[in-house]
Amino acid sequence: MTTRIGVVTFPGTLDDQDALRAARVAGAEPVSLWHRDKDLKQVDAVVLAGGFSYGDYLRAGAISRFSPVMETIIEQAKAGMPVLGICNGFQILTEAHLLPGAMLRNNHLHFICRDQKLRVENANTAWTLDYEQGQEISVPLKNMDGRYVADERTLDELEAEGRVAFRYLDMNPNGSLRDIAGITNAAGNVVGLMPHPEHAVEPLIGTGGTDGLGFFTSILKKLVNA
Amino acid sequence: MARVVVDVMLKPEILDPQGQAVQRALPRLGFEGIADVRQGKRFELDVEGPVDEAALARIHEMAETFLANTVIEDFVVKVEEA
Repeated sequence: MTTRIGVVTFPGTLDDQDALRAARVAGAEPVSLWHRDKDLKQVDAVVLAGGFSYGDYLRAGAISRFSPVMETIIEQAKAGMPVLGICNGFQILTEAHLLPGAMLRNNHLHFICRDQKLRVENANTAWTLDYEQGQEISVPLKNMDGRYVADERTLDELEAEGRVAFRYLDMNPNGSLRDIAGITNAAGNVVGLMPHPEHAVEPLIGTGGTDGLGFFTSILKKLVNA
Repeated sequence: MARVVVDVMLKPEILDPQGQAVQRALPRLGFEGIADVRQGKRFELDVEGPVDEAALARIHEMAETFLANTVIEDFVVKVEEA
């Protein structure tokens, strides 16, 4: 059976088509999910894609977090279903308290768009199995509200448990505390990151490399071995 | 109709670059002597029916779950005199 990867479209989501394409390029069956449906169409994993769901009004991700589809996703994520939140998806995951901390306006107040170097700090999550611990990758980054914050205790806890999944290299593009680009929950099935691996899966677009493909092949490997 | 105000502010320890940008602009505009600026959000809720204890408890819950993100923000609920 083919692995089914669902990608949610909220009003204002922009990167759902790229995420669906990335899933297909990796060899999975891409499945479109709609924010008003509670039904996950029997997918094996879910990607919350980037964009500006609900216009980022109130706070980025705050309104989408209460969409009907999120009710099911929160329940399933707690039961172990793999969920990847990219950019706006990461913001939704923190607002849903599936991941700790919060995302705030970039410290320089500008929208930023660049190829960003990252270090994979945890290659044991459901979405990073195909990377090496400490591997350096380059994927596009584009955001306005990318500054990761959490209190000192939470940050220390994340570090101690190896739950900082990705760190920014060379430059910190948004003032994220401890250069954190992405984190995972304790079980390793929920991962959130600001940069966009789904834009770096084919040589023709994005960075010109395929460094982001590993996220989608990782989940296939994870689900096949599950 | 009674009005209830929910003021939401970033917690003191959270960096507020928007407030800082405003503060830096002040001397340029001739407004001297402001040592710090922090920017928040104010929600004005016009409430149907009486603003009794139960209504206030609901608004408190609304502020805590939705209007504010208590990971980064504090909030205050006030009933505005008519």
